[in-house]
Amino acid sequence: MKPPLPALVRIHRATKTFKRGSEEIHVLSGLDLEVQSTEFLALMGPSGSGKSTLLNLIGGLDRPTSGRVQIGDDQVDQLSDRQLAAWRARHIGFVFQFYNLLPALNAEQNIELPLLLTHLNKAARHRHVAAALDAVGLTHRAKHFPRTLSGGEQQRVGIARAIVTDPTVLLCDEPTGDLDRKSGDEILSLLQSLNKDFGKTIIMVTHDPHASARASRTVYLDKGQLSNQLAP
Amino acid sequence: MKFLPLVWAGLKRKRLRTILTLLSIFIAFILFAFLGAIKEAFLGGVTMAGQDRLITRHRVSLIQTLPESYTNRIKSLPGVAAICGQTWFGGIYQEPSNFFPTFPVEPESFLGMFPEYILKEAEKKAWLATRTGAVVGRTTADRFKWKIGDRIPIKSPIWGEPAGQSQWEFEIVGIFDGAKKAADLSGFFFRYDYFEEARQQNKSQIGWFTVRIADPQRAPQIAAQIDEDFANSPYETKTEPEGAFAAGFASQVGDIASIVTAVVGAVFFTILLVAGNTMAQSVRERTEELGVLKAMGFPNGLVLVLVLSESCFIAMLGGLGGLAVAWLIISAGNPVPSLLPVFYLPPQSLMSGALLAVALGIIAGVLPAWQAMQVRIAEALRRGG
Repeated sequence: MKPPLPALVRIHRATKTFKRGSEEIHVLSGLDLEVQSTEFLALMGPSGSGKSTLLNLIGGLDRPTSGRVQIGDDQVDQLSDRQLAAWRARHIGFVFQFYNLLPALNAEQNIELPLLLTHLNKAARHRHVAAALDAVGLTHRAKHFPRTLSGGEQQRVGIARAIVTDPTVLLCDEPTGDLDRKSGDEILSLLQSLNKDFGKTIIMVTHDPHASARASRTVYLDKGQLSNQLAP
Repeated sequence: MKFLPLVWAGLKRKRLRTILTLLSIFIAFILFAFLGAIKEAFLGGVTMAGQDRLITRHRVSLIQTLPESYTNRIKSLPGVAAICGQTWFGGIYQEPSNFFPTFPVEPESFLGMFPEYILKEAEKKAWLATRTGAVVGRTTADRFKWKIGDRIPIKSPIWGEPAGQSQWEFEIVGIFDGAKKAADLSGFFFRYDYFEEARQQNKSQIGWFTVRIADPQRAPQIAAQIDEDFANSPYETKTEPEGAFAAGFASQVGDIASIVTAVVGAVFFTILLVAGNTMAQSVRERTEELGVLKAMGFPNGLVLVLVLSESCFIAMLGGLGGLAVAWLIISAGNPVPSLLPVFYLPPQSLMSGALLAVALGIIAGVLPAWQAMQVRIAEALRRGG
């Protein structure tokens, strides 16, 4: 029998405290979380429960007040700003609720953005962009600007941009939150496919039980703590 | 180069604003170039002034004349290599607006003193052979479409009519060009012997002397020696280097350099505010986009460079475009030859204009770029949501 592989994402006793004037707000209180490689984890919880803060810690956009955040072999909370930027470029793909595409760039230029930070030449970048466009089924919309794309198509471009560098972890913050049910389902199917067919590790923040049902595991965050069940 | 589309995307995000900013910079640099050409027109004499030439004039003012006999006395002083007398004639052709600087001179000493004026050998000979002959600079010849052989009637508000004639009349025997671009080609020079014979007042008086000295290092001593020689006489002199004389002459109009610097400074300060505000506004509007780029892994330094590149791109496109258009217009010709003896854009003005464009881009962009670099990703993304 093979020994179990160590978790890809390991968060140990993470706390995050924000200051608002003289008041201290404890968003995360000694949180522990492990996510296995190739897992599709849904992270649910009420507004203000700290879901996005947790996602930011995993994505290296923020540092915990205390505790450890380890992704693969990298202890993310110990990296400098410069190291964190380089680490994010290599290991993290972000999918945002409002797509966050650059309006002055067309679909393929938006997708190419993370590749500009690599040493790939133009031809290689174009090959990667074409593959990502194909993966999200938008090859025919490559030259279209965001304003001419539907919400679902924009989110597909956002996903293509997130996967184009083949990151270690895909972090999705309410990826269907701005979409109608049909488009949302298509996006969730796409994420499921990326997880099952391409082995992508996905952590998705969502409010929507319908969305979390597509994940392989769901955890609930409330008052800075995780549980496997929704709090009553 | 691979980031160029990103810089371009930032610029075309608000096209109208970018175009208006570009236009304001473009116009400012056209103004800069024209002021540079005007400054050169007024101070070109200082540029062209010979290191080895002194000007001796009446101590009281330039309009007071000196005795012709000073020629030989100055020439005999140690260190003096050559001398040439000139007198202000104030030539007017046909009507008062057709004014140009006119001087009676002794041809041989004049041509020897001012090698920056290029005259063909045959024209030199014709001038020496023709008592009423005159040579004229290319600018004035072109202005009035004069050619060699033309007989030109000229009025002088200072010297009146010549003896026995109703008007001064000269035959154009030569048209001179400049050895350098800054050479003043508006002058009209005719023979002193004809002038001396025909004038009816102030006989044997000369306006000022240009003195060539053998050793430029000894200019202060020789100038002092000349003035000392004529001290306590009815015609005391003031001798100074030709550059200082030309600068003093230009300052009669005003401190041209300071005026130009003040105008250019005011214009560029305004443009700096306009361009800086545009960039700051652009960065504020893109906080969320900058947050996304940084989330993807764009390092702070790269974000700073991208915003600075946008700012420099606008400043250089507008600035170099303005300089290029101004150069074309200025090269097309002098619009007011009666006011500006030379009119061209000196290479050093073009160079300083180009440097100014880069500096404008950097100064206008540095604060917004710094703000962009400081954008906190989590906050920027929250703002977007």
